[in-house]
Amino acid sequence: MKLSRVFYNGLIKENTIFVQAIGLCALLAVTTSAINGLAMGIAVIAVTVGSNIVVSLMRKFIPDEIRIPAFIVVIATFVTMVDMFMKAYTPSLYKALGIFIPLIVVNCMILGRAEAFASKNSLLPSIVDGLGMGLGYTLASLSLGMLREIIGAGSLFGIPLFGMNFQPALIFIMPAGSFILLGIMMGIFNHVRRKKETSKTGEKEEVLDEYIYNFD
Amino acid sequence: MNIFTILISTIFVNNYVFAQFLGICPFLGVSSKTETATGMGLAVTFVVTLSSVITWAIQKAILDRFGLQYLQTIVFILVIASLVQFVEMFLKKSSPNLYKALGVYLPLITTNCIVLGVAILNIEKGYTLIQTIVNALGASIGFAIALLLMAGVREKFEFSNIPKPLQGFPIGLITAGLMSIAFLGFTGLV
Repeated sequence: MKLSRVFYNGLIKENTIFVQAIGLCALLAVTTSAINGLAMGIAVIAVTVGSNIVVSLMRKFIPDEIRIPAFIVVIATFVTMVDMFMKAYTPSLYKALGIFIPLIVVNCMILGRAEAFASKNSLLPSIVDGLGMGLGYTLASLSLGMLREIIGAGSLFGIPLFGMNFQPALIFIMPAGSFILLGIMMGIFNHVRRKKETSKTGEKEEVLDEYIYNFD
Repeated sequence: MNIFTILISTIFVNNYVFAQFLGICPFLGVSSKTETATGMGLAVTFVVTLSSVITWAIQKAILDRFGLQYLQTIVFILVIASLVQFVEMFLKKSSPNLYKALGVYLPLITTNCIVLGVAILNIEKGYTLIQTIVNALGASIGFAIALLLMAGVREKFEFSNIPKPLQGFPIGLITAGLMSIAFLGFTGLV
C-alpha cells in the first residue's frame, strides 16, 4: 500500500467525523472557538500517532486474546501524557477542554485504528495512518470551531471580525448550534465526496441543484 | 447539593446528551428502533451506576490515599472495561433472560463516553457516595430519555423524503440540535 494512499484514506476517504461519524462527543463539546478546536485536534493527533507507533512496534508480542485491554492501556498512557503536558504548558486551554481530554481514551477512532491498522502493519505506515486520521479529525474540529466562533461570537481566533454593531447568533455557541452545524457540514462533505467519486470530470457542478430538487 | 436537585438537573437541565455531549455515539448509532433504544438505556443505567460506585470507592480508598491521582484515567478505563466484561459473564450465568435483553449492548458500553465521563465528573465535583449514586442514576435516565425520544423520531424518518446528502447521520445530528433547543426550556427549573 502506498503511503500517500494511506494518508488520503485517513484524511478524506474514511474521515472519522464526516464519513464514519465516530468520536463526536468531544468534537461537538469543545469546538466553541477555533483555538479550542485546533487544540483538541492536536491532542488527538498526538494520541493517535503515539498509540499507533507503540501498538505497531508491539504487535508481535501482544497475545491475541488480550489485545483490546492492552491497546486501551497504551492509549490511556498517551492520553495521560497529553493531559499532564497540557496542564503544565497551556493551563487556559486545559481548563477550556476540561473533562474531554481524559475522554480522548474512549474516542472509538483511536482504538479502531490500533485494532484495524497498527496491529497489522509495520511502523512507517502506522505513523502515516495515525497522522492522516488525526489530521482528518483536526480538519473537522478546526472548521467546526471556526464556523461556530464566526457565527456565534463574530470573531476568529479571538479577533473580532465584524465591528461593534454585530449581533452574534448565540445559539451557535450553545450545544444546539453545534449539533445542527455539524449535521449540515457532514451533509455538504458527503455530497461533495459522492460527486467526486461518481464523476471525476464534473467536480464543479452546481452543488445546490440536488438540494433544491430533493426538497420539492 | 440537594439530592433531588442533582436528579432533576442531570435528567433535564444538564441532560448529559443534549447539554454535555456525553454518549453521542450510541445516541446516534443505536437509536433507530425504540426496542433497541430501551435495551441500550437499561444496560447503560446498570453499568453507569455500578461503575460510578466502584470508581468512587477506588478513588477514595486507593488513588487519593497514596497520591496517585494522575493514574485516574488509566485506572478508571480499566475498571470500566473489566466491569463490563464481568457483568456480561455474570448475567450470562445467573439470568439468561436479562442477558438476552441486554447482552448485545454490553460490549458497546466500554467505549461509551458517558460511563467514564460520569465517573470522572463525580470525582471532580467532590460528590459523596449518595450524591454519586444519584448523579449516575440521573445521568443514565437522562441518556435513556434522549435515546428513546430520538428513536421515536427516527422511526418516522423512514417515511419522509430526506435530501440524499443528509440521510443517515447528518439528519440525526440536526434533529438532535432541535431537541437540544427544546431541552433549553428546562433551564430555569433548578
